[in-house]
Amino acid sequence: MNSGPIKWLRHHAVSLFAGLAIIYLLVPIAVIAVFSFNDPEGKFNYTWRGFTTQYWEDIFAIPQLNDAMVTSLQLAAVSTLIATILGTMIALALVRHQFFGRRVTNLLIVIPLATPEVVIGASLLSMFLIYGLPLGFTTLLLAHVMFSIGFVVIVVRSRLIGFDRGLEEAARDLGATPWTTFRTITLPLLAPGLMGAALLAFALSIDDFVISNFNAGTTETFPLYIFGAAQRGIPVQVYTLATMLFVVTVAAMALVTWQQRRAEQMAAVRADDPIPPLPAAAGGAS
Amino acid sequence: MDTESSSSAGRRRRRRGLVPYWLLGPGLIWLTIFFVIPMYFMARLALNSGTLETGFQFSWEFSNFSDAISRYDTQFVRSLIYASAATAIALLIAYPLAYAIAFRAGRWKNVLLFAVVAPFFTTYLIRTIGWTTILSDDSVVVDVLQTVGILDQGGRLLATPTAVIAGITYNFLPFMVLPIYASLERIDTRLIEAAKDLYSNARQAFFKVTLPLSAPGVVAGTLLTFIPAAGDYINAIFLGSSNQSMVGNAIQSLYLNLRDYPTAAALSFIMMVAILALVILYIRFAGSEALMGEEGEAK
Repeated sequence: MNSGPIKWLRHHAVSLFAGLAIIYLLVPIAVIAVFSFNDPEGKFNYTWRGFTTQYWEDIFAIPQLNDAMVTSLQLAAVSTLIATILGTMIALALVRHQFFGRRVTNLLIVIPLATPEVVIGASLLSMFLIYGLPLGFTTLLLAHVMFSIGFVVIVVRSRLIGFDRGLEEAARDLGATPWTTFRTITLPLLAPGLMGAALLAFALSIDDFVISNFNAGTTETFPLYIFGAAQRGIPVQVYTLATMLFVVTVAAMALVTWQQRRAEQMAAVRADDPIPPLPAAAGGAS
Repeated sequence: MDTESSSSAGRRRRRRGLVPYWLLGPGLIWLTIFFVIPMYFMARLALNSGTLETGFQFSWEFSNFSDAISRYDTQFVRSLIYASAATAIALLIAYPLAYAIAFRAGRWKNVLLFAVVAPFFTTYLIRTIGWTTILSDDSVVVDVLQTVGILDQGGRLLATPTAVIAGITYNFLPFMVLPIYASLERIDTRLIEAAKDLYSNARQAFFKVTLPLSAPGVVAGTLLTFIPAAGDYINAIFLGSSNQSMVGNAIQSLYLNLRDYPTAAALSFIMMVAILALVILYIRFAGSEALMGEEGEAK
C-alpha cells in the first residue's frame, strides 16, 4: 500500500508542479527588483555586491534614460488612444452587425498577430525606405497603432459578446436616439473592458523592442535605450525604473479588474464568461 | 403614404447597412496601409539589385532569394530547431500549470492567472537581462551545476544553446498557458464525471475526455509560442553568442548594420513564407477554430 507522504505527493503532483512553474515565471522579475538595490562594482550589474537605496534616490539621474522614458510614455499614450478607438469600432462591427467581408476582416486582424515581429518591422522599414520617409516618432506611432489594433479588437469583442443588451433596448423604448443610447448606456457599461484593452495596448507599446528597433531611426524609447546601453553596461537606474513601471502597471491592472467586476455586478453582464479579462490578452507577441 | 413609409424604411435599412463599414473602415485601412502594403514593398525590395553605394534598382533579381538561403541556411535551421524545442518545453510546463489553475486553484485562480501574465508587466529586454543575471558565470545556478557535476569546472551556461532555448521558453510561456487555460476552463466538467461514472479511471478520463476537448487551446498555444519564437533575436543576443545566432539576428543585422536591403528583405520574406506554410499545414492537421476565434459573433 502507498504510505502517507507518497500518496499525498501523487495526489498533489499537479499542484506542486504548477507552483514551481509559477516560481519560474516570477524569478526574473524578483531578480530585477532585488538587483535594483545592488551596489555594483564595475559597469555591469550582474553580481550582488551589497545593499544600497542610492539608485532609488537617484532614479532620474541619467538624462538620456529619462528622455527615452518620456518618449516611450508619449508614444504609448498616443498609440493607445488611436488603437483603442479604431479597435473598438471594429469590435462593435464584428459583434453587432452583419456585413459582407467578415472573413477578410477576421484575417486582417489575426494575421498580424501571427506574424513574427521581425517580419513586421522589416516590411515596414522596407516601405519607409522606398518612400524615403524619415524614421522617428511618427513612423514608430504608425507601427505601434498597427500592432495594437488586433489586441484591442480581441479584448473588446470578448466583452461585447457577454453584453446584456436589455438596458439598451429599454433606453430605445424610452425614446433615446441610437447615439444617446450609445453614449449613456453602452459606453459606460463597456468602459472597464475598454480600460482593459487600453491598458494592454499601452503595455504592448511601452514594451515593444523589435518593431521599434527597425523603425525608430535615431529616436530612443525605453527598450531601445536598454538595448543600446547593454553593450557599455546597463545603469542600475534601468532596474529601478523597470521595477517602478512593474509596480505601477500591476496597480493599474488590479484597479481595472476590480472595476470590471463591479460593473459586471451592476449590469449583470454574464458573469460566467469563459474568457476572463486578462487571458483575452493572450493573442500574440509581446 | 404607404409607399412613402416603406421607402423611408428602405433608406434607413440601407443606411444601417453601411454602419458596419463606417465602423470597420478606419481600422482596416490602417492595417492595410501599415501591414499588407509593407509586405508588398518588402517583396519588391527583395527583387532589387545594387549596393548601398551605387543605389538599389528594381530588376527582378531572383538570385537574392537563393543567395539569402545559401548564406543563412545555418541560422534558418537553427531558428526552427530552437523554436521547436522551446515550444515543446513550454507545452510540457504550460499544460499542467493551466490544468492546475483551471481545476485545482479554487479561489486562488485569479491570483495565479495574474502571476502568469506578470512577466508582461516588465519589459521584454529586462526579463531577458534578468536571466542573464541568473545564468551568469559566477551565479548560484552555475555554481550548483558545477558542484553537482552537470557542468564542468569553468563550464558556462551563457553562450550555449541551452541558455537561448531556456530564455525563449520563458519569454513565450504565457502565450502557451493562457489559450490552454481558456479551453480547459470551457470544458463542461459533467463530461469528466460522466466518464468516471462509466468506469473510466482518472487516466482514461483525462486522455479520452479532457485532453481532446482542450486540443484547440493546445493548437493556439503552440502557434502563438512557435511563431514569435522562430523570429526572436533578443535571447540569442543576450543569452547566446554568434554561435547561437538565429534568422532574426541575420535579418536585423542585414537591415540595420550591413544595410544590404535586398538580401535582408529576401531573407525575411522567405522566413514569413516558411512560417506561414508551417502554420497552414499545422492548422490543416489540427483544426482552425482556435486561432480564428469566430464563435459567438452576430449570426
